[in-house]
Amino acid sequence: MKRTPLYQVHKTLNAKFTEFGGWEMPLQYSSIVKEHLAVRATVGLFDLSHMGEFEIHGQGANELVQKLSTNDVGRLTDGRVLYTLFCNETGGIVDDLLIYRYTDNHYMLVVNAANIEKDLAWVRSHNDTDAEIEDLSNETVLIALQGPKSIDILNLFVSELDVSEISFFRFMVGEVAGIPTVISRTGYTGEIGFELYVQTSSGEDLWNALYPAVIEAEGQPVGLGARDTLRLEAGLRLYGVDMNDDTNPLEVGLSKFVKSKNRQFIGKNALLAAKKKGITKQMVGFQMLDRAVARTGYAVYQEGERIGEVTSGAPSPSLKCSIGFAIVTSQTISEDDEIDIEIRSRMHPAKIVTEPFI
Amino acid sequence: MIPDNLKYNESHEWARQEGDIVTIGISDYAQSEIQDIVYVELPEIGTELTQKTEFGVIESVKAAFDLYAPVSGEVIEVNESLLDAPEQVNESPYDDGWFLKIRITDSSELDALLDADGYQAHIEAEHA
Repeated sequence: MKRTPLYQVHKTLNAKFTEFGGWEMPLQYSSIVKEHLAVRATVGLFDLSHMGEFEIHGQGANELVQKLSTNDVGRLTDGRVLYTLFCNETGGIVDDLLIYRYTDNHYMLVVNAANIEKDLAWVRSHNDTDAEIEDLSNETVLIALQGPKSIDILNLFVSELDVSEISFFRFMVGEVAGIPTVISRTGYTGEIGFELYVQTSSGEDLWNALYPAVIEAEGQPVGLGARDTLRLEAGLRLYGVDMNDDTNPLEVGLSKFVKSKNRQFIGKNALLAAKKKGITKQMVGFQMLDRAVARTGYAVYQEGERIGEVTSGAPSPSLKCSIGFAIVTSQTISEDDEIDIEIRSRMHPAKIVTEPFI
Repeated sequence: MIPDNLKYNESHEWARQEGDIVTIGISDYAQSEIQDIVYVELPEIGTELTQKTEFGVIESVKAAFDLYAPVSGEVIEVNESLLDAPEQVNESPYDDGWFLKIRITDSSELDALLDADGYQAHIEAEHA
């Protein structure tokens, strides 16, 4: 299993580890609930160095990313970030990712850890421009600082800059604790927060600078356990769980990240054809009405008829009930409709709710 | 924290014998490994349990864990307070967080369980 450059730091903090996408990652340091609630109330510090980072340089960079991206990269100006998908020719999702625009001939792509090799091959095999694609995943440490106190904490480590002036989904290149850093106002928690990209050699220094301030602010280091419950509450999809190469974006509630007007991208024709034919599945959010926990793969019923299955589910530490996403075939299902979820051969009631859950 | 007066399953349930009644719960070690218990699913009164077979499930934020009967017998009492307050299993695994009381059929089954020293050694072996 691969380890991030901060593995020893987590070891010293007595983290429990888990396997995720081929990586040995911290699952939790204290408790998932405690870490989750710290991010909602104060601040959390995450090592996300398993994520992949590619840089694309050259005259053809814009043309290449536009061709691959379902969302319109043309909407980006320098210093902006876009959430988007790569689709294959049949409209299946290759990955979901962030695209950072430095200039129109310099972009950074941030992809899921388990998909680094697949995505790199995908981007390279579709490049018929002069753009150069560089995999910087091993040279990059990604540390996220998420939660309502993240602005105040980050401001302690920057000079001549107020990070509250960096708007949502914008980034800048600066220094944090004297370390050259890409400061990005992004995250996967539903809270105010930042994602900080530094050279691997500076990763431990950045963590060690931020960590005492996080603890001082009654925050926590946060593992992948709470990262999962945080993103679930925020209504954010997880690749490999809620979607994969066989799911199209329209089926999982991501159609707003597909911009087909006046532009071409891989998968466009398949998605348009699917839309014309009629989308037969949709992703819905649900909340359990008893204390049972619905998890991945559990069957979903409406009035006795099986209509789909749970893709993600977990107890919500903020709501104190279980929540999740399900893919269902029903076209008529809407908010407050009751469904049943089969858990260990017994039916448990749930209702459809609008995401995000918090 | 491994009380001397209990017997233990290798799957981390404890059994406390009082005559032909045995109370069942999970160990402090198990609750600290599982953490954040949010739901406990237990059998109804009258259910017959068989030693070493599943009788219920506990759910933490992260995952579900099966519970295995340390001894065979009929369920005569269920800790209903866990339905509304499953966190008692984390807070008080040997007292308030008990699961069931069963009437045992064969008290020699208890001899097959680990004593406190044996359980301690079992935990250390699992960790090694």
